[in-house]
Amino acid sequence: MSGEFEPKIVGFLCNWCSYAGADKAGTAQSPYPPNVSIVKVMCSGRVDPQFVMAAFDKGADGVIMLACHPGDCHYTEGNLRALGRHRMLLRLLEQLGIEKERCVMDYVSAGESEKFVKVINDTVRAVRELGPFRPFSSHSGK
Amino acid sequence: MAKKPKIGMYWASSCGGCEIALVNLHERILDIDANFDFAFCPCLLDTKKKDIDAMPDGDIAITFFNGAIRNEENKEMAQLLRKKSGVLIAFGSCSSEGCIPALSNLHSMEETLKTVYLENPTIDNPACIIPRPETDMPEGKLHIPAFFDRVKTLRDVVDVDYSIPGCPPEPHQIWNVVDLVIQGGPLPPKGSVIGAGSSAVCDECERKKEDKKIKRFYRTYEIVPDSEKCLLEQGIVCMGIATRDGCGALCPKVNMPCTGCYGTPEGVFDQGAKMVAALGSVLDLGNTKSLSEDEIERRIDKLIGSVPDYAGVFYKYSLAASILKGRSR
Repeated sequence: MSGEFEPKIVGFLCNWCSYAGADKAGTAQSPYPPNVSIVKVMCSGRVDPQFVMAAFDKGADGVIMLACHPGDCHYTEGNLRALGRHRMLLRLLEQLGIEKERCVMDYVSAGESEKFVKVINDTVRAVRELGPFRPFSSHSGK
Repeated sequence: MAKKPKIGMYWASSCGGCEIALVNLHERILDIDANFDFAFCPCLLDTKKKDIDAMPDGDIAITFFNGAIRNEENKEMAQLLRKKSGVLIAFGSCSSEGCIPALSNLHSMEETLKTVYLENPTIDNPACIIPRPETDMPEGKLHIPAFFDRVKTLRDVVDVDYSIPGCPPEPHQIWNVVDLVIQGGPLPPKGSVIGAGSSAVCDECERKKEDKKIKRFYRTYEIVPDSEKCLLEQGIVCMGIATRDGCGALCPKVNMPCTGCYGTPEGVFDQGAKMVAALGSVLDLGNTKSLSEDEIERRIDKLIGSVPDYAGVFYKYSLAASILKGRSR
């Protein structure tokens, strides 16, 4: 292991589009950094903001949420609800000292393996630059 | 006559409202007196710490501990009362989840002290004195309790048997708890939230509720709300949807939004995150078919931009007990 900081990132990927997009990147053997642990969810609308908070609290340096493009949601508008939550969550997280670059939402369709690789690359690079996230709950407490 | 069991009430970092809530039992306070020996309550009785020190361990049957843990003294009293009490109850929002004092977890200790002792417009402190645990004086060293860098809940520093939520707890709910003990009924499992419901305030709120689609958010001074319709549906940020019931939905009853003082409902860990979940998914985005992805994002940002302080609204009472507990630095 080198001494360089390797970000730990949790990725919530929707079953219908983004997970298939990630799968396609795998099948195509496209290289991308191994920093993202993927959690498959049925819809990006299933991502409870509590999951994001818990990820940061348990040691994640970043969180990625990937959804179907607007209009393509398997459940009509789960992705738009996820987007509404994400935009609001960013404001709340900012007040809790979490930079917006650490909590990314984007759209990846089942065919967009290249975009999947790009989002992962961009996020890992941005979080690496920010450095490790140290949650408030890990502060000394005195 | 058999000796009555002892009851105590203590305030740590709090405002005194919890004691007022107890006194608001009115005549029933006499029933408490008939059944318990009021052993300790600095707000209402002339009782001292040394009286508690002198008691055998576990001598106080029930202690209602209100107030958050802000400094070393609060912690010391929590540890002492834990030792001397059979049942220790976190009483009210401050001791259960930090309440208003815990909003300072959004700032560092240095920022808090600077605001309070140096920059406060009503303070006159020409020598710029900031309290510290030790001060050298000609007569010797002076000691005051150390100030912590964050506000904690009672559960963060000692083992707690139950908590009663509310800012302050409603008197009828306090009575429910006291009455249960008087009647000798079986106590709920340790760790339970007592003196409250388990669902959300909306369950107790009698307003008419329909499909929620929010076109814009209003602050309370910007609108005179319809008195029948759900406040949230009118664009007022009402926390009832992510707040435990048990208060009787008092605030919505008088046309004011719930601000969340009863904390999280059963099974919820983070009131702020749940408010994001609830509000973020009921935004009325209109027809988005012809909009680009950026335009949809801008439409959302415009709608949610009118709420100036999400952390202050969503975590008004529960920051110290939330998942992240404060601002990371």
